[in-house]
Amino acid sequence: MANLKLTKIRKSYGAVNVLHGIDLDIRSGEFVVFVGPSGCGKSTLLRVIAGLEDITAGTLEIDGRVVNDATPKERGIAMVFQSYALYPHMTVYDNMAFGLKLEKNNSKAEIDKRVREAAKILQIEPYLDRLPKALSGGQRQRVAIGRAITRDPKVFLFDEPLSNLDAALRVQTRIEIARLHEKMHGTTMIYVTHDQVEAMTLADRIVVLNKGNVEQVGSPMDLYNRPDNLFVARFLGSPSMNILPARLDAAPEGVAVTPEGGARLSLALPYRGAAGGNGYLGVRPEDLVPVQPGQPELFRGQVTLTESLGEVTLVYLDTGRGAEPVVAKLPGEVRLERGSTMGLAARPEALHVFDADGRAVRGARAEAVAA
Amino acid sequence: MPAILRQTGFYLLVAFIVLFSVFPFYYAMLTSLKSGTGLFQVNYLPREIAWGNYAAILSDATFLRNLANSVFVASVVVVISLFLAVTAAYALSRIAFRGRTLLLLTVLAVSMFPQIAVLAGLFEVIRGLGLYNTLYSLIFAYMIFTLPFTVWVLTTFMRDLPIEIEEAAIVDGASPFTIVTKVFLPLMWPALVTTGLLAFIAAWNEFLFALTFVSNNDTRTVPVAIALLSGASAQEIPWGIIMAASVVVTVPLIVLVLIFQRKIISGLTAGGVKG
Repeated sequence: MANLKLTKIRKSYGAVNVLHGIDLDIRSGEFVVFVGPSGCGKSTLLRVIAGLEDITAGTLEIDGRVVNDATPKERGIAMVFQSYALYPHMTVYDNMAFGLKLEKNNSKAEIDKRVREAAKILQIEPYLDRLPKALSGGQRQRVAIGRAITRDPKVFLFDEPLSNLDAALRVQTRIEIARLHEKMHGTTMIYVTHDQVEAMTLADRIVVLNKGNVEQVGSPMDLYNRPDNLFVARFLGSPSMNILPARLDAAPEGVAVTPEGGARLSLALPYRGAAGGNGYLGVRPEDLVPVQPGQPELFRGQVTLTESLGEVTLVYLDTGRGAEPVVAKLPGEVRLERGSTMGLAARPEALHVFDADGRAVRGARAEAVAA
Repeated sequence: MPAILRQTGFYLLVAFIVLFSVFPFYYAMLTSLKSGTGLFQVNYLPREIAWGNYAAILSDATFLRNLANSVFVASVVVVISLFLAVTAAYALSRIAFRGRTLLLLTVLAVSMFPQIAVLAGLFEVIRGLGLYNTLYSLIFAYMIFTLPFTVWVLTTFMRDLPIEIEEAAIVDGASPFTIVTKVFLPLMWPALVTTGLLAFIAAWNEFLFALTFVSNNDTRTVPVAIALLSGASAQEIPWGIIMAASVVVTVPLIVLVLIFQRKIISGLTAGGVKG
């Protein structure tokens, strides 16, 4: 049970700034995922919270107490490392009991009880007497999680715990972590990953980081449906959102958007900026459908490639503007000749408009009007 | 049949190298088992086995005292240099501080001075410290050549230990001392055994400092004692007894190496390959 408050946290190594003033509130019992491309500072931020890295400036509070100079143990955190980091010379039991034995006031029986409880939760009871080298990757990761559980931490930190596991095991362990969070619902969990599927499935709230700054914080669906900026829009979703340069003009309804190689659309969004400003139009591949008669067409182009994945077909469309192809995710199996021409449309609510700085233009419900 | 030729050539070379390295010790053993004028006949197989030389050397109280001195000096040198090297290695491999590389290179540079170059200066230091003619002078002096390589080997070894293991221990609430003793030392056994043994051998065989800093029969170590063994007259050199003493002095080393050979091999190759 602990809430965290990060205020203007900065971290620099010499002249290199890694974190540029992070502000973040994490509520007690919440599952928060830090996500971002490699080098965005997500692991550094986790290590700063853990107490493995000094804080250059700013304050970190746990339960209202400033813990900038506290050791990891005093902060009441436990951490699961990407490489498991088990003690190779100790049995599974000793690995899990190590932290407890270091605390002076734990009786042997108490330690034993807590280790066995954690082992039971993670189903590693049969391996308690084995050395880590006699375990598989998935078992090792569970021991690492078990070692963290026995300490009964206030804050549970995960640093890319699944990236060393193979695909099948990753899905299974991900589900186990989700289940663990339900069981330990009082414990705050912070999880670092570069995998957006892990982020979307596990998180109560996602923190998207980029170049040492927080881009957006919100629930997974919030971030997916209402990205604040181009970076978040591109980062979440696979294949990622189609983004096209567009011209933004004032229109009676609000804003008129003219994407490159597309028709002019009027959307009921507040228009900010000068007339004829530049911006971007974004639309997710799954929101694109073949254009129907009477519907405003967004893009028209030649099919360059189709990928059938069974439940969906990815269609790559060259709009003739030289930029990246537009990708559409169409349900089922769609047969299209390469080189054939195709028009795509989308519901107006599914369109994302960004200004020249990449910030989302939002307003009341968007209505598209054929120009 | 070039394959057979190559193999034969290879084993001939091996046989030559083995003969070359083992023969001196074999001849010393052979000589130590001779008596009287038999010493001066050249034989390559034992003709007679006479234990007289061993009886003489092992009943010599001074020699036994010298042997005990050697054991004491070499053991203390090993213990102190391993303790200092482990703590130094932790700092040098895990704590970032200004001048770390310079310090490591300086440590290495110390081991490059020939013993004879530092002898006079060291003599003054030892006299100044009041250690002259005591075993502590040797323990002090031997650190000069044992510490550089123990520090270097252990630093390299500790640097290769995954940093996450240390961080996991920090998160578990372990102090640096606990990390070194409970987490690093058990993982470093092979390296400790290897470097400890090399330090022991170096201290055990050392001659020049032992000759210079100690002048009493009672405080000498064995290499010097053997060299100074003398017969009844100046013309007589007791070869048989000298050889018997040499064999007695070599045996502990062989036993130690045999006991620890597995650890030594894993210590020498540790860190070379991941996993």
